Amino acid sequence: MNTASSLHMTSTSPILSIQGVSRSFAANTGAAPTVALQATSLDVAENDFITILGPSGCGKSTLLRIVAGLDQQSSGQVLLDGRAITGPGADRGMVFQSYTLFPWLSVRDNVCFGLNERGMPRAQQLEVAQGFIQKVGLVGFEHHYPKQLSGGMQQRTAIARALANGPRMLLMDEPFGALDHQTRELMQELLLGIWEAERKTVLFVTHDIDEAVFMGSRVLVMSARPGRIKLDRHVPIPHPRSYAIKTTPAFMELKAELTEQVRAEVLAAQAAMA
Amino acid sequence: MAPGTRVGLGLSFFVLFTALWAAVTLGGLVPPNFLADPFTMVKSGWVLLTEMGFGWDIAMTVWRVVGGFVIAAAIALPLGVLMGAYKPVEAFFEPFISFARYLPASAFIPLLILWAGIGESQKLAVIFIGSFFQLVLMIAVTVGNTRKDLVEAAYTLGCSDASIVKRVLIRGAAPEICEILRMVLGWAWTYVIVAELIGASSGIGHMITDSQALLATDNIIFGIIVIGLIGLLSDLGFKWLNRSLFPWAQLGR
Repeated sequence: MNTASSLHMTSTSPILSIQGVSRSFAANTGAAPTVALQATSLDVAENDFITILGPSGCGKSTLLRIVAGLDQQSSGQVLLDGRAITGPGADRGMVFQSYTLFPWLSVRDNVCFGLNERGMPRAQQLEVAQGFIQKVGLVGFEHHYPKQLSGGMQQRTAIARALANGPRMLLMDEPFGALDHQTRELMQELLLGIWEAERKTVLFVTHDIDEAVFMGSRVLVMSARPGRIKLDRHVPIPHPRSYAIKTTPAFMELKAELTEQVRAEVLAAQAAMA
Repeated sequence: MAPGTRVGLGLSFFVLFTALWAAVTLGGLVPPNFLADPFTMVKSGWVLLTEMGFGWDIAMTVWRVVGGFVIAAAIALPLGVLMGAYKPVEAFFEPFISFARYLPASAFIPLLILWAGIGESQKLAVIFIGSFFQLVLMIAVTVGNTRKDLVEAAYTLGCSDASIVKRVLIRGAAPEICEILRMVLGWAWTYVIVAELIGASSGIGHMITDSQALLATDNIIFGIIVIGLIGLLSDLGFKWLNRSLFPWAQLGR
């Protein structure tokens, strides 16, 4: 058993349990397969907000995609509420780095998409959707098409679309990675506010250390490829958090430690490339 | 560019073209049995329409094109979507269809006359062969090019395979499919005339063959221009349809 799971063992059973999950990609004939992710274990408790940091190509997105059911692990298993994950499903909402709103649907119909899929009556769909559109601050834009929105607004819609579906967990793969710095900071506050109100369990992949500490109740650092979890830190900052905590000593201290850890992995990744 | 300027420029080339045509024919540079002048052409066209029942020919030709094309599209749409959505289906059909689309539809005419006679089914079959394979391939490619991340997003929202096809692949590809239909319908017009040149007793192509025997270049040109005008109208119709059905696809262009 690794330190990651033993440190955070709680009395209640975890919502998500990743057990010895690895991923390797078949190489060209003859060569050994490329290992993207070493056998990784992780238990995620209900209401946790886990941020995952690591250099590019460390397998953090791969891990998230396996949990989403969009990628298949080479070994191990992932249990959600004790049941093995075999494919994607509405119980795990996902927000991608790329803008994945359906361009033919308005903001409102994008948010209704999952509700429509499960056959909810239209009136009820609209009611649920309106609530989340309000939470992400897009009232007045319900009838806009995605192409008429800024990047930040598109990602806000994507968050509303994922949350409206009422998933058990939210998986976020660098959702603010394509946004400019100012927009990104506002989006972090918005998402954190929603999380503090809804207490959804979140797995959040990022390469931004500020973001990882500010958002996370627990931060994981992954090693350079082949990835594994090399560090698991509880973030000792109480909620609700405002942007002002980014200058407190507790924040700075954790950020400094994580910066060192991530930097070492980025250097290792670059050395491996050379 | 302002829409008014666009239309103005487009129209002025039509005017320039007609003026040049009038100059070379009326100026005596080209003899009338080689090329009729525009005024004679319009006068003969009027006679064709009012006295020779040319309206019936036009209607027959339009019906053949539309009939053959609708049959081709009705089969090509589901097949193309399935090929774009499911790799094994594509692997099964794609090589044959890629081969079949190079078979010239007009070369089938003798065979089709043998199989189907010289009636309407033979004309429809020419249009069908000429447009079906093109439609299937182009639709399959368009559907297959659907953004992968949109498909993944739909899966994480709880979509089944069937609703991915219905709610993502078809919805997303619809404007481009509409555009493909517009293009291939244009090609269908070239096949129908060829089909009507051989073994037809009505249609624009039949009128053109008849006029050839009489060296009636005015009638031939009128026939050609009617085809051009109908093509232009169907083009505009499709563009209008595309714009009103898929306003989202016009954004950010």
